[in-house]
Amino acid sequence: MSSAQVTERQAHPEKRVITTRPRLSDRIFRGIVTGGGLSSLLILGLILAFLLYNGFDTFRQQGIHFLTSSNWQAVVSDAGKVDIANSHFGIAAMLIGTLILSFIAVAVGVPISVGAAIYLTFYAPNSIKKIMVTAIDLMAAFPSVLFGLWGFFVLEGSAEYWAKLIHKYLGWIPLFKLDAPYVNRSPFIAGLVLAIMIIPIVTSISREIFSQTPLDRIQAAYALGGTRFAMLRAVAFPYARSGIVGGVMLGLGRAMGETVAVYTVLNIVYQVNWHILFSAGGNVASMILLKFGEASPYEIKALMAAGLVLFILTLIVNSLANLIVTRTGKSGR
Amino acid sequence: MTIETSVPQATPRKPWSATPRDRINTGLVLLGAIVFSFAVVAVTPMKGKLAYFAMFFIAYLVLEYVVNYLKAGRPAAVDSLFRGLVTMAIAAAVTPIASILITVWLRGHHGLHLSLFTSDMRSNAFTDPVSQGGLVHAIIGTFLLVVFAMIISVPIGILTAIYLTEIRGRFTRPIEFLVQAMSGVPSIVAGLFIYAAILVPLTKTVNGIQGSLALAILMIPTVARTSQEVLKLIPADLREAGLALGGTQWRSVAIVVVPAAKSGLITAMILGVARVAGETAPILLLTGGSGAKNYNMFNGSMGSLPNYVWQAFASGTPEAITRAWAGILVLLVIVIALFAAARTLGNRKVGAK
Repeated sequence: MSSAQVTERQAHPEKRVITTRPRLSDRIFRGIVTGGGLSSLLILGLILAFLLYNGFDTFRQQGIHFLTSSNWQAVVSDAGKVDIANSHFGIAAMLIGTLILSFIAVAVGVPISVGAAIYLTFYAPNSIKKIMVTAIDLMAAFPSVLFGLWGFFVLEGSAEYWAKLIHKYLGWIPLFKLDAPYVNRSPFIAGLVLAIMIIPIVTSISREIFSQTPLDRIQAAYALGGTRFAMLRAVAFPYARSGIVGGVMLGLGRAMGETVAVYTVLNIVYQVNWHILFSAGGNVASMILLKFGEASPYEIKALMAAGLVLFILTLIVNSLANLIVTRTGKSGR
Repeated sequence: MTIETSVPQATPRKPWSATPRDRINTGLVLLGAIVFSFAVVAVTPMKGKLAYFAMFFIAYLVLEYVVNYLKAGRPAAVDSLFRGLVTMAIAAAVTPIASILITVWLRGHHGLHLSLFTSDMRSNAFTDPVSQGGLVHAIIGTFLLVVFAMIISVPIGILTAIYLTEIRGRFTRPIEFLVQAMSGVPSIVAGLFIYAAILVPLTKTVNGIQGSLALAILMIPTVARTSQEVLKLIPADLREAGLALGGTQWRSVAIVVVPAAKSGLITAMILGVARVAGETAPILLLTGGSGAKNYNMFNGSMGSLPNYVWQAFASGTPEAITRAWAGILVLLVIVIALFAAARTLGNRKVGAK
């Protein structure tokens, strides 16, 4: 350091303060942005708090029966007050219905979605690929009431015929048994509608993960003389497996929370129905919508409790799914 | 010079492209499968479209397998079998889309007429002839609901995205996780939440803003995640240039990063709107379904397109069902228009003005 510079610096009476501390404007900016970012925590927390607060009475009175019994009866006494001691609220039938419907949706929707994703990633010519990707992304934006109407008026006709076929040839399996010959508006048909509704999300996640398959490994498989199927089996499937599991669970979460489409297509009957071809069933979300119209304030509290169960259920499934997806792929979606 | 010209010009060859013989084989396989499916349907008791498709498909797979087995052995045959399966999968994925679009047009366009866009349902029932009454109140309602939902959710969504990409503080991981968890909240739960938090303790009646709040909850994750993807694409050079010029972080985000991502952020907004425009369940709980025009978000029952479709569907008569399809056609046109707008904007180069 030359003496000239030293003297020059000494000539200045005040030293410029150099600090890593951000300025006030930046601190305000960061505060606002962090606040905005934390709003998702706030909203989820509020949802949990309000549903818990409103549903708490029901949980306390019904205890574990709320989850295990299938009896939903709001008894109103002569004075118009709700007879709490004799009222029963249990959502077991609807919980089982939710599981059955989403299981059908996954069983039908996932093979189609994963197959479609494989076709789009590894087989499709570019022109077809563009159109189909756009179409499937567009489908994700279709309103659920549209799926409901379509399922009710269009799919119903074909699906009843399929249901009869399944019953005729596979009726010996308990799942496909029919106690009475009614196959319209069955869980099977509602499950098919849900399967179609989860196709866009599962396809787009699987496609994203397949497209991240390392190119050098793909080329190595081809260079060893493998066919395309051999390459898929040796390279793409192992790479994408857990990511697809995550995508499937996201689809599952979507199917579990669906309300309007199920309400439209399914004949909602409050009973446990394992026979998926039979015209009776329901899920928690559609039950809430069904009972909401004529519910007394007390019954609405029970519906809040049901909503809380549904919320926690979807939250768990989605969180697991996101953990799996983010752990495999670089970007979750 | 002579040496160079004497090198024979290599004609480009494509050993992988189909030879005429391959084409004939493919044609024969297709033809065979068609013939087989017709034969089976004619001879056995199996009938219907499904039988044709199923038989055609099975026959096609088997014939493909055999032809390829004879030509190139087992691996090639398995490969062709798999190709057939994934082709069927994409067909199965796209068929419902086509079916839905065609159905909506075929059933909805009878219900379209001019008065649909000039009158409301104030003095008409859904069971009246289709030429009476309209859905202008529903269009206004949906517009207001969506605009208010946007006003609430877009700032929150974009702030979240800015936090995740620009600040990257210690909450980055948890917030990313929570936003993803939030995108899975069922719409009915969002409706119940607003019902419990606002309708029961405060307003005790239906109005528009409650619907907007519920829609905002469903919209925030879409806006936040899409905006985050867009902001990630802004080159770090731009941020560093802003800082190197002596700007604070606030100035470089506000003057450089956000304007550069403008079209992408608008795309995120539009996608959010498309996500909630047709949302039905929370609307049914929170806003009511007035048949008259209502411009006041804070007072009175508010009609909307999903609600119109829902009520018309519930009425059940042929006129009402036609109305429902017409309503859904209008809704779908809006959603597709929004989607196309988002696509067009999103395809622009990031950073371009």
